[in-house]
Amino acid sequence: MATVEVPYQETVPLHHPKTWIGKYIFSQDHKIIAVQYGVTAMAVGLVALILSEFMRIQIAFPGAMPFFTADHYYQAITMHGMIMVIYLLTAFLLGAFGNFCIPLMCGARDMVFPFVNMLSYWVYLLSVIILMISYFVPGGPTGAGWTLYPPQTILDGTPGADWGIATMLISLAVFIVAFTMGGLNYITTILQARTRGLTLMRMPLTVWGIFIATFLGLVAFPALFVSAVMMLLDNFLGTSFFMPAVVSLGQSLDYSGGQPLLFQHLFWFFGHPEVYIVALPAFGVISDLISVHARKNIFGYRMMVWAIVAIGALSLVVWAHHMYVAGMHPSFGFFFATTTLIIAVPTALKVYNWILTLWRANIRITVPMLFALAFVLTFIVGGITGLFLGNVIIDIPLSDTYFVVAHFHMVMGVSPIFAIFGGIYHWYPKLTGRMLNDTIGRLHFYITFIGTYAIYFPMHYLGFIGTPRRYYETALGGEVSDFYPAAAHDLNIFITCAALIVGISQVLFIYNLVYSYYHGKKAPANPWGANSLEWCTPETPPRHGNWEDRLPTVHRWAYDYGVPGEEKDHVPQTVPRRKAS
Amino acid sequence: MRIAILLCVVTVGSVVFNFTTPFHFDAIGSNWNLIDITVYITFIICGVVFVVLGLLMAWWVYKFQYQEGKYAEYEPENAKLESQLTIITTIGVVVMLAPGLVAWNDYIRPPSDAYELEVFSEQWKWSYRLPGADGVFGAAHNKHIKLDNPFGMKRDDPYGDDDILIQGGTVKIPVGRPVKVLLRSKDVLHDFWVPAIRAKMDAVPGMVTYFWFEPIVEKVYEVLCAELCGRGHHIMRGWMHVVSLEEYGTWLNDQVTWAGMQAGQVPLSPEAQLGRQLASENGCFGCHSTDGTTTSGPTWLDIWGGTVELDDGTTRVRDEAYIRKSILDPHSEIVFGYSATMNPPDITEEELQSILDYIKVLKSEPEEPEIDDEAASLESSSEVDPTPSPTEEPATE
Repeated sequence: MATVEVPYQETVPLHHPKTWIGKYIFSQDHKIIAVQYGVTAMAVGLVALILSEFMRIQIAFPGAMPFFTADHYYQAITMHGMIMVIYLLTAFLLGAFGNFCIPLMCGARDMVFPFVNMLSYWVYLLSVIILMISYFVPGGPTGAGWTLYPPQTILDGTPGADWGIATMLISLAVFIVAFTMGGLNYITTILQARTRGLTLMRMPLTVWGIFIATFLGLVAFPALFVSAVMMLLDNFLGTSFFMPAVVSLGQSLDYSGGQPLLFQHLFWFFGHPEVYIVALPAFGVISDLISVHARKNIFGYRMMVWAIVAIGALSLVVWAHHMYVAGMHPSFGFFFATTTLIIAVPTALKVYNWILTLWRANIRITVPMLFALAFVLTFIVGGITGLFLGNVIIDIPLSDTYFVVAHFHMVMGVSPIFAIFGGIYHWYPKLTGRMLNDTIGRLHFYITFIGTYAIYFPMHYLGFIGTPRRYYETALGGEVSDFYPAAAHDLNIFITCAALIVGISQVLFIYNLVYSYYHGKKAPANPWGANSLEWCTPETPPRHGNWEDRLPTVHRWAYDYGVPGEEKDHVPQTVPRRKAS
Repeated sequence: MRIAILLCVVTVGSVVFNFTTPFHFDAIGSNWNLIDITVYITFIICGVVFVVLGLLMAWWVYKFQYQEGKYAEYEPENAKLESQLTIITTIGVVVMLAPGLVAWNDYIRPPSDAYELEVFSEQWKWSYRLPGADGVFGAAHNKHIKLDNPFGMKRDDPYGDDDILIQGGTVKIPVGRPVKVLLRSKDVLHDFWVPAIRAKMDAVPGMVTYFWFEPIVEKVYEVLCAELCGRGHHIMRGWMHVVSLEEYGTWLNDQVTWAGMQAGQVPLSPEAQLGRQLASENGCFGCHSTDGTTTSGPTWLDIWGGTVELDDGTTRVRDEAYIRKSILDPHSEIVFGYSATMNPPDITEEELQSILDYIKVLKSEPEEPEIDDEAASLESSSEVDPTPSPTEEPATE
């Protein structure tokens, strides 16, 4: 094997912090930073969850909350979307899982640049604080929709057109700084600090997913950064990057010659890879969960790796499928519909391989496995509805309707959240040294899975009848139109009830996290009988530096489950291969 | 076990929901059957894949439950199976994509006989513009927009004078005629969306976008805005009446041209339109003209607020009270030179009010615009100029 004999980090001395603050607050330990990222992301995610409940109550019972005006509604959809996509999903999957998994699964002591890693978290926290300040500036947060399309973003017909949008854009720019510091760390660590014997094609798929997602983020986020900067200039210095000549609410403005479509291209050049920045780590986590808990090797590992790489590459050339009705050059439709449907092939193969892994497996129905199975089903639904929307002509009637809302919530709302839940239930024992409560976990799972499915599956059909998304009120003054019958309103009431139940049931999860931390059953070093390196640490939870003086040596891939002739049904990566006799 | 049942129930339940729900595309109102067909093909392929995968998962989760000491089958890869699945998936994708691209090709190419209708959008209402008798839109740009020039018409463009400007949110279009909808925006993004028509496109300030369709049934549709456009997005509604060519022509005659608007003319209000229709239904036009021509009864043109000599030699101001009385009790005050031959009409108070509204707006100043040819020009579509719309903003302007 032509790998490095002495891994890079074995030669670098580790500086252990002396103070409590150095250990737990300004910590450079990747595990603490992972927790910091995770807790912050979940806290801000709770804000977004509460906002969504307000939105659902408004949709089902218009007028029930007199204080909740159209302005509040549009601000809520904007903040909900942006928080969920960027500050929760991206931050959790890369910031929390990335930080926790990469060094442990690569057999490294820590990230290659621990100080930069620490900065990454604190800058991320700053971006979250700036975002939350939105609610306290004059005019409140922006209500432009999470896509922030100009010109409306900075015109007075939109709530938060002055300070709200400024805090949003500044917060995004700061987040991108944080992401870049974290991302460079992830890539460098994966490429540079893998332990001896851990070739790229032996890496667990979680690491592969995070690796490619980080790469995508480093390519895509700059596009968002420049569009944020240009929009700030348009708003405060009166430039016309995105602003054509417009008459806003009776007032002729000085803008002229700018291109609203330029922003959309820049935004989606970031925005589509962003979908895969969230999806690829989730794919990786789910692959590992299914394999471990089905006690069987992941089916078609090499195919899975190349599918991740192919999806990552293709995801950079599909962005304008978000713009089929935006008024761009019509010929683009042919190109982007084709690339979009091509991306379905590697994605479908991943789904097949997850399911084929179950065939003749020895499946343990643990809580992480429940979430993994639910992920596969919701991802199938979200994936095939993507085939509707990706096919340009079908997108024409369905775009901007509830079909789109249902689609992306299935595919990049519910699915990655299931991957996050599954991952937390899976790695919590290693992180804290205690098991999460199984009964509460199962209850949480069943309510969440059935509830979210009840929310989003019927919602597709509201899109078929043409219900437009982002409507504060669909039936004006209580009058139902022929496109929006009374039965559709009943369905909306049902969806809202499901959403409230799912929202409230998350208390179970938080309670479980907190309660088990203090009172949970003590976790063994390898409770699931898993093979990857994080389960081979000498201590549980692993101490700063993760390993003894000598880093572990890897002899095999991470998926040796059910190998015939072995003593146990799993063979950890550190176990040498038997010499052929 | 529970999860296997749940996966099975969810999969089957989704299919049952699909077939029992009333929520599907409503009856199509345009030529875009190809869109619906592509949707159905995609539905079938995706539906089968969903059911197969969902049930396989449920079955295998049930069948291969954990048993202590059992080993899973060790099969890291199966190149043959994987390539077969790749090929099958690719075929499925092609079958879905191909009709979609064919339909898209039609979608972006309006037929040469399509007439043009401009949808002019702003926060939060719809207006419309037609090119008028010459079939060519006058140049327009947001920078020309003033209180008295709501569409931003360029003032010295001769093509613009006969452009028909329609405000108030309601547009009528003739059934069975392909229409190329050009979209302009005054402020932010909007999107002209009628679900039954299937077609839509964003309106983007600074550029002109388009889509086309051919309405196939006479119906009144609610127009929605499908692109978030600020705090009034959800109230940005309008109406699109798909009507017979005859009704379209009548309606068109009541609209104002740009020249008419500059001369201070206002379009016939809906009440006045109703009044005219009632006057026609009650046979008023048999004796009363609306253009000043003398027939067996006095003309209605310019009578509101004017004075008249009666047959008893007195002079009377024709105020609302006089005209109301003359309709309900026609023999009481006869205009000099006419005879008392009119029967009192059998109409309600609301109907009378509508007719009064109509008579009120019959003024010879400003001049009646020449828009009678518009309906005719639609009849012979070859006269409609198929050249690209001159509303594209020239960079030099």
